[in-house]
Amino acid sequence: MNQPRNLRRSRLGSLVLIAAILGGSVAAFAYTAGWLSPQRLTPEKMVEALTPPGGVPPGHRRNHAKGICFTGVFEANGNGVPLSRAGAFAQGRYPVLGRFNLGTPNPDAADATVRVRGIGLLIQADEGHEWRMAMINPPVFPVSTPQAFHGLLLASASKDPNAMKTFAEANPEIAAFAEWAKTAPWTASYAEEPYHSLNSFIFTDGSGGDHAVRWSLLPAAQPVPVAQADLEKRGPDFLEQEIRERVRTAGEQRWTMEVTVADSTDPTADPSKAWPQGRRTVPVGTLVVQRIEPERDGPCRDINFDPTVLPPGIRVSDDPFPAARSSVYRKSYDLRTAEAKDYPRTEVTKP
Amino acid sequence: MTGRPRRFNLLQRLLHWLMAVCIIAMFFIGAGMVSTITPKYLPLILAHKTLGAALLVLVLIRLALRLYYGAPPLPADLPNTMKLGAKLSHYALYGLMIVMPLLGLGMLWAAAYPVVLYGGIRIPALLPQSDDVHTLLWNAHFYLGFAFFALVLLHVAAGLFHALIRRDGVFETISPLPPRENATPAE
Repeated sequence: MNQPRNLRRSRLGSLVLIAAILGGSVAAFAYTAGWLSPQRLTPEKMVEALTPPGGVPPGHRRNHAKGICFTGVFEANGNGVPLSRAGAFAQGRYPVLGRFNLGTPNPDAADATVRVRGIGLLIQADEGHEWRMAMINPPVFPVSTPQAFHGLLLASASKDPNAMKTFAEANPEIAAFAEWAKTAPWTASYAEEPYHSLNSFIFTDGSGGDHAVRWSLLPAAQPVPVAQADLEKRGPDFLEQEIRERVRTAGEQRWTMEVTVADSTDPTADPSKAWPQGRRTVPVGTLVVQRIEPERDGPCRDINFDPTVLPPGIRVSDDPFPAARSSVYRKSYDLRTAEAKDYPRTEVTKP
Repeated sequence: MTGRPRRFNLLQRLLHWLMAVCIIAMFFIGAGMVSTITPKYLPLILAHKTLGAALLVLVLIRLALRLYYGAPPLPADLPNTMKLGAKLSHYALYGLMIVMPLLGLGMLWAAAYPVVLYGGIRIPALLPQSDDVHTLLWNAHFYLGFAFFALVLLHVAAGLFHALIRRDGVFETISPLPPRENATPAE
């Protein structure tokens, strides 16, 4: 008469086992998704920290929200071939799509109030393989890690008057950026700015050799320093008006793309550290900006300038920023495309 | 019942378990990659895209095998509601296995991202960039992903229910192990 009880017990045991397997799976999934780790820095949290005081302007990029599109070509001179087998370095002219922008989450910011200027670029060289990048004009990044960048966003939005001081003490690397922000001359044109990758990448040449590099776009136009106070008198959108007018009247605008090759001792994982002067630099080609178009219905609007979209011959290094930027840019893209109706492609005339 | 196999054939069983491992991995890779900004993000998303494309190919082979070879019958004494549940859940599983990779690909195309898999394999875009299409496909991929995970858990529970509690031979039809002695009395 033991049999039914044993059977019942084994059925109970089986049910417990099934429940444990399902419960364990759900718990493992919840852990993986970060639901059990509220301290994990997610793309959502980074985007949240970028929210300007007035709230999110729907339909716009979550950072570098103000910008203007351009198209043009990249003229490769062939000097980059010994460094990377990427198609963009083989001598030739390749179509380019890009976006001049301001380092602010506010698309209505007045141009003279934003210190950091940037450029997004997409070079279409190899058949179907794109090279996307997003660069800015300071020579170093403010902080060493994506976590510290999140901390910087929180500190600069904090109501605590000592927040920035405390942050700078904990992240002393910010001094180099702060020095640039304080002392570097302002200019009145996107065309007079240099733009730097800041992040390090690995170029692979045709025989499989790796080279750690950073690169910059150096303007052909002579920078003319203008006091910030004078720029403030020029109207909120003077940069966009200036570049449109400049290209219309003076024609194509040019930048030399210069690749800097690291020594084995140079820090590749930390974009807040400049590499020492005297590193080998290779001018690999010229960016030629030929046509300016408003962002609203321009070709750059639909593009996420994700710096990890790389052609064969270029890959990320141990620098943690490109991956972080990719994950956050993607979140920003998902959000803004879902809000596209709030940023109509045809301008609605205000009453 | 002549003409219907008593077990799924070796290739079907092999595909089932191979895809099972990959699909479960996909849930975890997917959930992990969208919740991190660490350097892991890049290999995770590359693995998700590559596995997803591979699973799309595998499910088409699997569907062809299923249509050609059919499936072993369910036990005659299985209640009709359970038979119906089994049938519907298998339709849903096949549907999701086919639709999930297509939604994933489609949302990348509609966002103008180049789709490059492990080894530099590139899948050309079949859709133009579109904010609305991207949002629609993104939402479908996201929410159906959770539904898929729930359905897989249900499928696992049902399989274990057959194997451990009903012991009616249903699990043995797909089991990776050879059939037990007592399950093959006729031979």
